[in-house]
Parts: sequence; structure tokens; C-alpha cells
Amino acid sequence: MAEPMKIRATLKGDLADIRVLMVHPMETGLRKDANGNIVPMHFIQEIAVRLNGRVMLEGQISQAVSRNPVFSFRLKGVKAGDKLEIAWLDNHGERNQSVTAIA
Amino acid sequence: MLKAAGAFAAGLFVPLRALAAGWNKDAFQSKTAADALKSLGATSSAESKDIVIEAPQIAENGAVVPVEISSSLPDTKSIAVVIEKNPFPLAARFDFADGAVPYVKVNVKMGESSVVRVVAEAGGRHYSASREVKVTIGGCGG
Repeated sequence: MAEPMKIRATLKGDLADIRVLMVHPMETGLRKDANGNIVPMHFIQEIAVRLNGRVMLEGQISQAVSRNPVFSFRLKGVKAGDKLEIAWLDNHGERNQSVTAIA
Repeated sequence: MLKAAGAFAAGLFVPLRALAAGWNKDAFQSKTAADALKSLGATSSAESKDIVIEAPQIAENGAVVPVEISSSLPDTKSIAVVIEKNPFPLAARFDFADGAVPYVKVNVKMGESSVVRVVAEAGGRHYSASREVKVTIGGCGG
């Protein structure tokens, strides 16, 4: 099972500044290991951000996103206690989801 | 401080793909920026100053290049990030529902110095802006 994401949400009025760190190798398929073998592609392809169950934002990403991706997003109309869910799916079909309450 | 958020079992996973039709294979596997944009349905776009790209002029490490994008175009629905000289130029595409600010910050890999082009879809039309980023050490193989 993938490591949990780290999510930080800062609320200013009703604007939430969301920062999420996803632990993932984001292998491009171009890198070689110490023995000269190509490391196969392994990268997150889709991400989704939901607020109180409603999809607010979706992302499709390539292997060009850096290892252990960090994203910042902004949502309006947010209040303390709202439920924030972030999910990802990678090219191996592995997935991960984290849920946090906006403080 | 970042705090660890609770992880849920796969069975509780809410399906993705409410706004977009899933990972656009054709667009992401395109080897030229023009082909990638064509696969996204954005063959032509008008240059716009309402799209702002923050990125370093010189990136010493191509493995981690921070790119911050915001659009003040009314009704911005999506933003695509294209790194023209990368082996697969399309790096990311984001779809925004009402309530999401058309803003994103993401770290990307750049194989060499390149134009970073952002194409936003707003009010049924495409708009673009670009920035040149010089890379000292490429980040695609490492």
C-alpha cells in the first residue's frame, strides 16, 4: 500500500490554499539503474480533489512531474470542518486516497 | 508543517473522472507539442496576458522545476502544461469545476532548456502563454 499523502490546507476567508505531497517514484522509463538496466515507467496519471464529496479539480499528469509530486491548488467557498479528499491513480493501477478536515 | 492525512482502503475509493474522460493517452504519448495540443483539441490558441506563468528563468536542476500557473480568463475550465523540448511534451492537464480557482503549482522535470507553454480553455476557446526556462542539468534520465 502506498504511503499516505501529506496534505496542508490553509484557510483565508473562504479561500483554501491546499498543498499536497504524494510519495511516488515518478519513473520516466528513461532512467537506468546502477546495473545499466532501464527502470520501467511508473508514474501517477490521474489525481482528483473533492470537497464534501464534490469533485472540484482533476488532473492528468505525465512522467514529467517530479518525483514525490507536490501540488498546490486553491478552492473557494470553503469553511472550517469541510471534508477534503485527494486521490491518485498510477499507470500500474495502484491508487491512494487521503481524507482530511479543513481546520 | 505538513501533517499526515488518514489513508483509506482501496474499497472506499471514490471513482475519478467526473470532469475529464481519464488519462488522455494520445495526448500524453505525443512526441511533439503540436501533436499533444491537437489531441487535446487545442490546435489553435490566442496569446493571452491573462495567463500568468511563474517559473525560474534558469533552473539549475531539471529534475525539479517549480511552475506556478494562474488564469484570470473568465470561465477557465482547464489548463494544460506543455514542455516543448521534453521527449513527451505534455506534462499535465488540470480540469477545474466551479469553486476551484484556475491555479496550480507543480514541480516538473525538464530534459533541456525549453519553452514552457500553458494552454487554458475558457469560454469554449483556447488561450496560451509561454515562458522560456533554461536548464543547467537535465532531469529526465535522473
